[in-house]
Amino acid sequence: MSSDNIFEGANEASSDEANSAERKLGYGAAVVETLAQIMREDESVFVAGEDVGAHGGVFGYFRGLQPEFGEDRVVDTPIAEQAIIGLGIGSAVQGLRPVVDLMFMDFICVAMDQIVNQAAKLKYMFGGGAKLPLTITTAGGAGLSAAAQHSQSLEAMLCHVPGLKVVMPSDAYEVKGLLTSCVREDNPTVFIINKRKLADTCHVPEELFEIPLGEGHIVREGSDVTVVAIGRMVDEAKVAAEKLSNEGIDCELINPRTVQPLDIDLMVESVSKTGHLVIVHEAVRFGGIGAEIAAQIQEQAFDYLDAPIERVAAPFSPIPFSPVLEKQYIPDAERIVAGIKNLF
Amino acid sequence: MEITDEILIDLYKRMVRVRLFEEEAGRLAESARLPGFLHLYVGEEAVASGVCGALESQDQITSTHRGHGHLLAKGGDFNRMMAELMGKSTGYCNGKGGSMHICDLDLAMLGANGIVGAGVPISVGAAYANKLTNNGLISVAFFGDGATNIGAFHEAANMAAALSLPMLFVCENNEYAEYSPRHKTMAITDVIERAAAYGFPGAIVDGMDCVAVFEAASLAIEKIRNGEGPMMLECKTYRFYDHVGVKGTASNYRTDEEVEEMRKRDPLVVHETRLIDSGVMDAESIQAIKDGIQKEVEMSVEFAENSPFPELEDMLLDVYTNGESS
Ligand SMILES: Cc1ncc(C[n+]2csc(CCOP(=O)(O)OP(=O)(O)O)c2C)c(N)n1
Ligand SMILES: [Mg+2]
Repeated sequence: MSSDNIFEGANEASSDEANSAERKLGYGAAVVETLAQIMREDESVFVAGEDVGAHGGVFGYFRGLQPEFGEDRVVDTPIAEQAIIGLGIGSAVQGLRPVVDLMFMDFICVAMDQIVNQAAKLKYMFGGGAKLPLTITTAGGAGLSAAAQHSQSLEAMLCHVPGLKVVMPSDAYEVKGLLTSCVREDNPTVFIINKRKLADTCHVPEELFEIPLGEGHIVREGSDVTVVAIGRMVDEAKVAAEKLSNEGIDCELINPRTVQPLDIDLMVESVSKTGHLVIVHEAVRFGGIGAEIAAQIQEQAFDYLDAPIERVAAPFSPIPFSPVLEKQYIPDAERIVAGIKNLF
Repeated sequence: MEITDEILIDLYKRMVRVRLFEEEAGRLAESARLPGFLHLYVGEEAVASGVCGALESQDQITSTHRGHGHLLAKGGDFNRMMAELMGKSTGYCNGKGGSMHICDLDLAMLGANGIVGAGVPISVGAAYANKLTNNGLISVAFFGDGATNIGAFHEAANMAAALSLPMLFVCENNEYAEYSPRHKTMAITDVIERAAAYGFPGAIVDGMDCVAVFEAASLAIEKIRNGEGPMMLECKTYRFYDHVGVKGTASNYRTDEEVEEMRKRDPLVVHETRLIDSGVMDAESIQAIKDGIQKEVEMSVEFAENSPFPELEDMLLDVYTNGESS
């Protein structure tokens, strides 16, 4: 299987629906549409990364940009993750609005100094002088048998670093709204694209719009338990919530959309109503975002909790290659159901 | 140096082992019988075979995402390879690593690698251990042309030179990194210029000819074993299939004509012609070698398919030595 045919269709807008109110667009296609529209309205935006230009990205979500905007605004870089981030930092300080791509999220590790010690801290260290409108796009998530170095969810590492904003869209609508906000944002953002979501479609407005960074979204209202699910786990949690509604458990599902900043107020409000909290993410449980959410909820909503906070997350191991192990590794609706039932 | 008939036949067998295994893996991937990403080594067999043919069995190698050829040319086992590609518990990594992480520590093969360039610094470490323990071994890093653009390569090259380590750098220059042609991502003409920049010698080699690679590697290895410090070979080669998998991709990053032109220099055909012309082997004995190896490959598919998947309890095994995790 190749990274080209897994994602067939990832890049196609359904053109007959393109003009109707319910126009549907793919998750991957939303990336390229958003970038194209922003690049048309703002000449300071450029895109750079490995194989993003002539090839359109290994996942196809940059396809069409280079033909329209040329090689100087859609740059094919050498394999050089540190220099790719540096290219973004330096040009952002000079007033451009770069979107730089690290093909797989695992590769942030190769560029960690530029991300953590440079991009995140420049403004602060310079006493506020530098503005850094830098967007880093990268593909995270498991489920393609891509093994331990091409499947990770490392968002918690990034969230730990003051100065970065970390964004995890769960569908194509959020891709468009959040990516627009990231590119227009004057701080460094990491925009994590889930590689298993690329071909999924949903309604996406034609024109650019912004979803504010730091505002979560109530996907489903409910009264018995608050389920906070991150990124692709929103889909799994939806299935779990439907299943449980047949069994008399009414879930309120919250999608934080951004994990840094984190919309804790929305969660506190929900938990004060439901008295129960389950947090779901694809990253390993130990030190994951769920740990931070749990800590903040017990600080702010302890009196409302009727049961310990439950986390549904990956076990503490690298991501195994074998499909049987990987399937067991990634949280799914079934495990979310079990996690919720633990509370009752 | 004298290239004996025995060496010529040995090099041929190594290449056939890689070729027939890879073709089979490609077919299995095409029919969705292999999970994950598959980076095939077809077209580049002369490089791994020529270099590994010149090594002692305990000399270490580090490899790349395109690592099947390196392990097989070093003597890797078909069954454990195929089982790993299928994610079975009998595989080289008990099914936990897959194509990009195959390894065989008994053969001193320190792993394929999913991170471009990451094997090169690890080879520096192995070379350092060789030097410190004075064990007479050398370490070899295989890496692509594209990998020489990443910092890890440069740090490793400089350190190996500064510490005068027994290490051979083998660049497999197939002119592309994924879909990017080399001339678009570096401003030098030959990758070998990078060795000179760090102060060690190197040579450009015809990477489609296993004998040329073997001779160059043997020469370099002798000097390296004598304590002359690191060296580099730039093997000009070509991959016949796509970056990932077999079939062509949506973008036209290279032409069919170019692939056809390079296929005329198929390293197996080049060497077969030599074997026949020099009377070392005839067409029949060549075919017999292929048939024998093809049979082994087919048996490895059967072995892999009949092998069990890992047990779910094994998930947390081997995160740390001696035990499980929190
Ligand atoms: C650090 C890192 N960046 C990017 C990638 C994605 N990637 C995998 S293989 C590859 C191209 C490597 O080119 P080259 O080194 O020439 O080896 P070849 O594939 O041609 O054998 C890229 C960019 C990666 N695996 N690791
Ligand atoms: Mg290459």
